[in-house]
Amino acid sequence: MATLTPPASATTASSGIERHGLSDEALLDMYRTMLRIRRFEERVKELFLEARLYGSVHLYIGEEAVATGACTALRDGDVISSTHRGHGHCIAKGLELAPMMAELMGKATGYNHGKGGSMHIASLDHGMLGANGIVAAGIPISTGAALGFWVRGSEEVAVCFFGDGGANHGSFHEGINFAATLKLPAVFVCENNQYAQYHPVQQDLPIENVADRSVAYGIPGVIVDGSDVLAVYGAAKTAVDRARAGEGPTLIEAKTYRFEGHFLGDPEPYRTKEEVAQARASRDPLVRFGAILQQLGVATADRLQAIDAEVKDEVEAAVEFGEESPEPGAELLLTDIYTGADPDGRDAPRSRSETDA
Amino acid sequence: MPEVTYSQALNMALREEMQRDERVFCLGEDIKDSTYGVTRGLYEEFGAKRVVGTPISEAAIGGAALGSAAVGMRPVAEFMYMTFMMCAMDQMVNQAAKMKYMFGGKAVLPIVYRTMAGAGRANAAQHTQDLASWFSHVPGMKVVMPTTAYDAKGLLKTAIRDDNPVVFVENKVLYATAKEDVPDTDYTVPFGKASVRREGKDVTIVGLQRMVETALEAADELAEAGIEAEVIDPRTLVPLDIETIANSVKKTHRVVVVHEAHERVGFGAEVIAQVVTHAFDYLDAPPARVANPNVPTPFSRTLEELSIPSAGQVVAAVRALVA
Repeated sequence: MATLTPPASATTASSGIERHGLSDEALLDMYRTMLRIRRFEERVKELFLEARLYGSVHLYIGEEAVATGACTALRDGDVISSTHRGHGHCIAKGLELAPMMAELMGKATGYNHGKGGSMHIASLDHGMLGANGIVAAGIPISTGAALGFWVRGSEEVAVCFFGDGGANHGSFHEGINFAATLKLPAVFVCENNQYAQYHPVQQDLPIENVADRSVAYGIPGVIVDGSDVLAVYGAAKTAVDRARAGEGPTLIEAKTYRFEGHFLGDPEPYRTKEEVAQARASRDPLVRFGAILQQLGVATADRLQAIDAEVKDEVEAAVEFGEESPEPGAELLLTDIYTGADPDGRDAPRSRSETDA
Repeated sequence: MPEVTYSQALNMALREEMQRDERVFCLGEDIKDSTYGVTRGLYEEFGAKRVVGTPISEAAIGGAALGSAAVGMRPVAEFMYMTFMMCAMDQMVNQAAKMKYMFGGKAVLPIVYRTMAGAGRANAAQHTQDLASWFSHVPGMKVVMPTTAYDAKGLLKTAIRDDNPVVFVENKVLYATAKEDVPDTDYTVPFGKASVRREGKDVTIVGLQRMVETALEAADELAEAGIEAEVIDPRTLVPLDIETIANSVKKTHRVVVVHEAHERVGFGAEVIAQVVTHAFDYLDAPPARVANPNVPTPFSRTLEELSIPSAGQVVAAVRALVA
């Protein structure tokens, strides 16, 4: 077996159209996933502005290629951890739109029965270990999932999504370093969307690339164009295969761009409208991938439009499901704090999740 | 039945549970060459994948335990000193304790966060602070504080078999000083069941860990003056066996709580609030606390000793109630 020597700095994944052996069907699935993220979130934004949905909501629009490319490289049983900007990761990992929308609306039928909302949406059944309200907190958690796989000697892989802001948190160092020391089956995907909350990434990052930090952990670092879903897939596939083979973690930095504000309602004083318009015009991952699919002869423009129409119908059905779903009953307030007997002796009724099991 | 120390009893519990269930594994700093002997010999028996040495990265330890539990393992994570848990608070409190509720019930998280607290070894302030009341404040967390070697083994086995995050607080003085006959067979001690260490009719003294010994010492002294103290060791803070404590107070009509943690918003405040709720009409005197007088633990042996409740202080507190 060849010994992998980490490079002195991160390498840049090749651009250009490379379908990485993906079938037409797989490529169309990726397109549909990206579109489901886009249309779901566009609708979430409208609903929020109409006050039909509330809370802290962070949109992923513009970054769809990252979650989609990385999750396409995964198998059932693999897990992901996510961030406060987690809808895209959920959808790419296979969660359904209707219970997602219900969760964002705080309804009983949501994935978390309305107890989590946008920032904590999760589905362990799908290997989705949760969006997270705390920056970088998913890094130690996904390291732990990888540790669990390593201890029991199984073949699953944990993929951790985090932002450029998270790369400056102590958890980034602690989690990645620990994973690297044991060569745990983990892949760390930094979504560098150019802004940490309300300031540009350069303000926090004294070096050019987050991926260059891989050198400090003796693991490969890869920079990839985060608006190119095929490039993300290629980098993720290599990293996931490597992790599964017991060769340890990889740090991938996907350079992407957040088309929307930090949160819904962000007045965005830290960047110009022109900058955002320019990004939307030049680096929209959906436009780019749609063009590639046509260029490859995988789909016609009509076919892509038909997919869009189907996705819009699905999103509308999700909105309807969410709006028609009941509010959580008061009995849910005191359920599911503990597994088994409640230390405060609250004789709580069995929760829906337990009844479902 | 062999006589073993508190530390050896904990070691027995870990070994037996790791033999019983291959999902159980240990992680922590330098647990291969365990400083206080709790994990001694486990690496040799179970290997590097079940006894995982970690970097000095407490946030990673806290989060790694959580992540591994989320995918079906039963981690036992060690924090060398309880004060080091402060470096892992986000993972323990904001993540592990809340995850089940936030996720709508689906997460089953069998995690033991082992650590040690206790003054008396001149470790000074940053290595000495009992934070059990902090964790008791957090919904989703259970908190255990064993006093005897027998309980240490039985409670740790219960903690490992529990499907929730458990903060398991050991005591660094008791590691060596608490010893008794401990069965080398499989037994557990349930959570939420206090132990009455001495029966009495005049006053109830609730003590935690080393302060149980202090309370028993005080009880001996009080007995000479004709005052019969009942000494109760809650053993677990969450769940708390308030029934045993309240029933005792209904009999004795007086209560004193003794712990090494700071008095202000310490666990004694919770015990007294619950006693007042459950046995208000039975109280003949205001409930009292004997605790660390709200100071960081000093280094000097002389000063440290003064910061720890003494039997004399407990006697004085009781005498003030039993007029």
